[in-house]
Amino acid sequence: MPPSQESSTSLNFFRPARPWVGVPGLGRFLRATRTERREWVLAFFLLLPAIAMLGVFVAYPFVRGIWLSLLDSVVGHEGDFIGLANFVKLWHDSIFQRTAANTFIYTGFATILKLSLGMVVALMLNDLLGFKRILRASLLLPWIVPTVFSTLAWKWMFDPTFSIVNWIFYHLGFIHVRVDWLGGPVAAMTSIVLVNVWRGTPFFAITLLAGLQTINPDIHEAAAIDGANAWQRFWRVTWPLLMPVTLVVVLFSVIMTFADFQLVYILTGGGPANSTHLFATYAYQIGVATGKLGEGAAASLAMFPFLFLVVVFQLWYIRRGESGKGAT
Amino acid sequence: MAAVTGGRWRRWFSLYIPLGIFVIVTLFPFYYMAITTFRPDREMYIPWNRPNFAPFWTLHPTMEHVALLFRETLFARWLLNTLAIATCSTLISLFCGLLAAYALARLRFPLGGPLGTGIFVTYLVPQTLLFIPLGEVIRSFHLGDSLWSLILTYPTFLIPFCTWLMMGYFRTIPRELEECAQIDGATRIQAMVRIIFPVAIPGILSAGIFAFTLSWNEFIYAMVFLSSDTRKTVPIGVVSQLVMGDTFFWGPLMAGALLGSVPVAFIYSFFVEQYVSAMTGAVKG
Repeated sequence: MPPSQESSTSLNFFRPARPWVGVPGLGRFLRATRTERREWVLAFFLLLPAIAMLGVFVAYPFVRGIWLSLLDSVVGHEGDFIGLANFVKLWHDSIFQRTAANTFIYTGFATILKLSLGMVVALMLNDLLGFKRILRASLLLPWIVPTVFSTLAWKWMFDPTFSIVNWIFYHLGFIHVRVDWLGGPVAAMTSIVLVNVWRGTPFFAITLLAGLQTINPDIHEAAAIDGANAWQRFWRVTWPLLMPVTLVVVLFSVIMTFADFQLVYILTGGGPANSTHLFATYAYQIGVATGKLGEGAAASLAMFPFLFLVVVFQLWYIRRGESGKGAT
Repeated sequence: MAAVTGGRWRRWFSLYIPLGIFVIVTLFPFYYMAITTFRPDREMYIPWNRPNFAPFWTLHPTMEHVALLFRETLFARWLLNTLAIATCSTLISLFCGLLAAYALARLRFPLGGPLGTGIFVTYLVPQTLLFIPLGEVIRSFHLGDSLWSLILTYPTFLIPFCTWLMMGYFRTIPRELEECAQIDGATRIQAMVRIIFPVAIPGILSAGIFAFTLSWNEFIYAMVFLSSDTRKTVPIGVVSQLVMGDTFFWGPLMAGALLGSVPVAFIYSFFVEQYVSAMTGAVKG
């Protein structure tokens, strides 16, 4: 399928040809013809399995999670209503404060690094004449292989005594003494961010590459003829044209990084001394490992406000893009 | 392409060498995973600053770790469990996603817009937001510690993705195709099942491959919902059986990691193009 057609159709995601959306349904229902009503019935049955699954296993647990966060329940004991006490307790918990800061630091640094590195790699791949398919296929391996397994490999590579990373860095002359990559709070946070960047950069590179390939090379040539150098061509031509793809990739990545669990759980388990927890790993430690369900539910719900803002921004951006598209 | 006009050497320094380094760094952990799998313990546990530390090659390859994996742990069982769970949840998600996507992309009905937005939003709900209450829900349905707990919950993140991807795909199929079928006397449902779904098979395949790899990789639900050794998935089994407190059995661990990645990497190698189109399709707004 031609790329232009593909992108224009998927951009219409939220606004298929349904001009009456927003009009109260009742009048519409009364005025509907028999054919229209049969279409509604068909739509209802087609949507039923998906809505039922998502209702039972997403919407209901979400409501139940909010309720659970207001109880002092532990495993095997329903618990009593205690209002916002769980949240108040977390607010004053120094580990939780550290966890919140960690999550934002982790998300911020990892996203910036993944975006810049991914952009550079995408530009290089776009410039490459051969080997593109084989490179693309092999670069996605970190994305295919279960995160738990690749993170285990990193943990082994970071092992304080047998670390191959130390060996390589020592022989390249970057370090002169042993580095305990997961030993101290700062070193451990840095290692976690680096492994996340290692895993996420290919995703950025490949999706940005897909975006780059839809940009017409004639525009670049025209800019080059007008005397723009490579740097100017990137910032004035490529970057603005790539913005819609970039923004969606970044928002996706921010959500996934913010809610990350596996990587930290395997690499440090939140240690040393609870200094590298993210919201998810700390919620797991409270809710599952120590069995305080109510408090654990509250800790994972603490992610919600930020995630909500990101999703709202993303919806707003997509709709804005669509109305802009409709006007032209 | 203006960039080609640069000198031959310049292209090496600005393109081939940095890209080569990036590829090496990206693939090195897998290489290291593989050589560790076949490395005997006496060769593995040599501190990195000793002169006989051989980083990039295994001198006396051995199968002892792989053998241990199948002899001492239920690795084969975990593989089967993971395969069953990933296959079933992918099929369920494709079924639900395909039908929902057709309705949202093709039919005119009230509340279509909000429902589409709702499904999109559930796509953005991370598993870690809901795992504690979902565990309670699973327990109250008496599904705790059974494969069904995962077969039924993995579709929560697969259905939104499949729906979204298939909606985009359906829009590329011209409406005239089914209108012709309807003029020829087919009902709407017949036109959908006999005409549109077969044309959409490449899209279904893409969504299926992507969904399969996502369920193969899932970790936190499997860890919270399952407890018996015989019901575990590969990632959970490997982590829970080969790590004892602070002791990591690196040989078997890397063997498990390597063999646990092979099935999904194997499937991926056959469907790279479908996978990439699913992934890039997934982020197109």
